[in-house]
Amino acid sequence: MRTRPALALTAVLALAALTACGSGGEGDDAEESTLTVLAAASLTEAFTEIGERFEAEHDGVAVEFSFAASSDLAAQITEGAPADVFASADQKNMDKVVEAGAAEDPRPFALNQLVIAVPEGNPAGVAGLADLAGLDFAACAAEVPCGAAAQTAIDASGTALTPVTFEADVKSTLQKLTLGEVDAALVYRTDAIAAQDEVDAVEFPESAEAVNTYPITALADAAAPDLAAEFTEYVLGDDAWAVLETAGFQRP
Amino acid sequence: MPAKRNRQRRRVPAALLVPAAAGLAFLILPLAGLLARAPWTELPARLAEPAMLDALRLSLVTASLATALSLLFGVPIAWLLARGDFPGRSLLRALVTVPLVLPPVVGGVALLLVFGRSGIVGTWLHERFDVTIPFSTTAVVLAMTFVSMPFLVVSVEGALRGADVRFEEAAATLGAGRWTVFTHVTLPMIAPGVLAGAVLCWARALGEFGATITFAGNFPGRTQTMPLAVYLALQSDLEAAIVLSLILLAVSVAVLASLRERWTAVA
Repeated sequence: MRTRPALALTAVLALAALTACGSGGEGDDAEESTLTVLAAASLTEAFTEIGERFEAEHDGVAVEFSFAASSDLAAQITEGAPADVFASADQKNMDKVVEAGAAEDPRPFALNQLVIAVPEGNPAGVAGLADLAGLDFAACAAEVPCGAAAQTAIDASGTALTPVTFEADVKSTLQKLTLGEVDAALVYRTDAIAAQDEVDAVEFPESAEAVNTYPITALADAAAPDLAAEFTEYVLGDDAWAVLETAGFQRP
Repeated sequence: MPAKRNRQRRRVPAALLVPAAAGLAFLILPLAGLLARAPWTELPARLAEPAMLDALRLSLVTASLATALSLLFGVPIAWLLARGDFPGRSLLRALVTVPLVLPPVVGGVALLLVFGRSGIVGTWLHERFDVTIPFSTTAVVLAMTFVSMPFLVVSVEGALRGADVRFEEAAATLGAGRWTVFTHVTLPMIAPGVLAGAVLCWARALGEFGATITFAGNFPGRTQTMPLAVYLALQSDLEAAIVLSLILLAVSVAVLASLRERWTAVA
């Protein structure tokens, strides 16, 4: 008799926990008008605005974004995370998704290039990669697209520069600069523009050696395949391009 | 002995056994998932990688240093919270547990704001001693200590509250000074609590990721601990990340198991 209430309580708690988990997840496929877009962290500002414009043109459609490192997103997709569209910051992670059979026919919609971000006013007078010698600077780790690009650019310059830290993604690389912990950071032009109140962007010729192509595709397991295809077309169209151009991207 | 054990086993109520079994399955299954996915043939090659060994050594050294710092400062804090009699004690107790609640990445930013190049303490350290903490191994130890010390404080405080004050009073009556009472009566009484706290603290420090990558950055051999290496491996190679995690798990379980054997041998 004494165990009954305890058992009941456990059951209630377990149920509550299960239902809480269920409704908290992103896989709400009951609502067909929700589009889940996994996009590279460097697309955060541009895609948030493109999403708003897309929603304004499509009644009853809600676009939900998950912004993270492209490699994280590619892993989530190949491991079966429910999503409709994938926009990657590089071809390599898109290839992983295509190879896993989770998507086909990705199309390039933007190009991005590295700049040297420096504190506003450029106190150290950085004019090119060579000026980073003797300064503390941050870059992405080689495992993520912005890091691979940084390494290619440094190699192309023929200098032997080593950053003080290899950050896990471009936003935390820039954050080290805005927090004042480094004198410069190798980030995408788009990230420097997004933070232009705090940082200046110094263009450098070697970045042309490491241009990243951003591909987009609807995913094979999309819960809303028609909407996914429509959103993909929208991103490739002129309306979205206006937003991407303002953000600092180049057209493929 | 066996008869006694049997009788005890029969007495476990279903109301405890069922949730215990469900809870254990929940805790253990993800590990089983990792084991099932691990590329065992790659293991020997990974183990021989110098970068992996650097990360493992750095993790073990920094987590141990963080535990030592936590013991040095955490035990006195716990004593203050359990035995001290001053206004604002419950507020102080709540503040000590802040790092438990704070997302570790935010903890890392907070540490930068204090110990960073332009932080309150960091500026002074830089001007006075020409020392910069971010991106150094010291930063790794500080980040780990920040997030793991509360675990030690909470366990030790619990042990102190559970300990019988009368032994301390008796020792004091017999002429022992307060420091002698602490070292000869209190500490031996709460030793199991301190050890449990130290183990929790070490384990938390070993797994520390968010505060470390934010405050100390990621530089192989200097600040790249195993969790950071695992996270970066995850960016390009899931299997490599799993192998690295399993190595970290195996080493930490081995260390904890050997320590436990030593303690029980002493006791």
